[in-house]
Amino acid sequence: MKCKVCREPAAIEIRRHHAVFCKDHFFEHMSRQVERTIHDFTMLEPGEKILLGVSGGKDSLALWDLLTDLGYEVDGVYIELGIGGEEGYSSGSLQLAEQYAKNRDLNLQVVDLATDYGYTIPEAAAETRRVACSVCGLSKRYVLNRVAHDGGYDVLVMGHNLDDEAAVLMGNTLNWNLEYIGRQRPVLPATKEGLVRKVKPLLRIAERETAAYCVLKGIDYEVDECPLVGGNTGIRMKEWLNVIESERPGTKQRFLFGFLDRVSDQFASAHQEEVELNECSNCGQPTTNELCSFCLLQGRMADRG
Amino acid sequence: MKVVLRNPRRELEIEGDASVKDVLKRLDIIPETVLVIRDGELLLKTDLVTDADTIELRPVISGGSTR
Repeated sequence: MKCKVCREPAAIEIRRHHAVFCKDHFFEHMSRQVERTIHDFTMLEPGEKILLGVSGGKDSLALWDLLTDLGYEVDGVYIELGIGGEEGYSSGSLQLAEQYAKNRDLNLQVVDLATDYGYTIPEAAAETRRVACSVCGLSKRYVLNRVAHDGGYDVLVMGHNLDDEAAVLMGNTLNWNLEYIGRQRPVLPATKEGLVRKVKPLLRIAERETAAYCVLKGIDYEVDECPLVGGNTGIRMKEWLNVIESERPGTKQRFLFGFLDRVSDQFASAHQEEVELNECSNCGQPTTNELCSFCLLQGRMADRG
Repeated sequence: MKVVLRNPRRELEIEGDASVKDVLKRLDIIPETVLVIRDGELLLKTDLVTDADTIELRPVISGGSTR
């Protein structure tokens, strides 16, 4: 197979684009896709202070690389979740994130849940009897926003890719979760004091492509899956979507972008009606209750015997 | 050929030469869900894998909370 641009030997095929690229033209394609997404959804403005949530996985490291090469100055924040003990999953991911930041001379801030907030994800899952992904999501959303806000960042960049967003949309559509569907946007504006705008520049890029980008660029990333992720419905949604995608290439992109381009505005009211936010009496972050969910969790973890 | 799988890490042996497409079909793996890697290089579906090769089938699906 030959690169569709230069006819040199190909490195990757992207079936939904009917395209085959050599390594260099694949990098160019990835860069253009990110640039186009940033432009189309007005994600980043010149001079803004940008923070990226970095997990050590393929998506966040590929995005850091792409944004840096596009000329953006992006700091990273890594949250040490305490998964897998001292030699385990979290510490391995941290090493990879630190190694990447060091290699490219980028600034990475590390927040340790255990040290800074008094618990780890496995402890919180056990104490609350909730699935790990639930307490993990709550913790990461809070801490990322908090770090971005307190650090004076204008925007928080996330590595959600096409597969992530299509899977979330499918899950919410199958259950007609109108509030969640109304909330699914490429840009989540800072609607209240204390919230930082969130953007997702990898929307047009499938996760197979971020993984390929890292391999072809020589970026070491965390290949192993989180050991707590078993039974996660998001992964099942991705698997089901990939069954359809393999027979009908482009389905995921048409599903997500059809929604964003033609449907999402109709669900905006379902989201807006629900948003009546106060300040958390403990931390001041926006919440619908007196105490935000994160402070409730943290309080519960502090009170455990 | 030796086939290295991940999550969890394990190895399989497949007899004879085969294209990447055929290897994935034999193992009932959807091509969109993996990268096929030989000696650090990505393979395409039409590439031939010989009996003496070792290939890694690296999953690309990751999940969890609001990653």
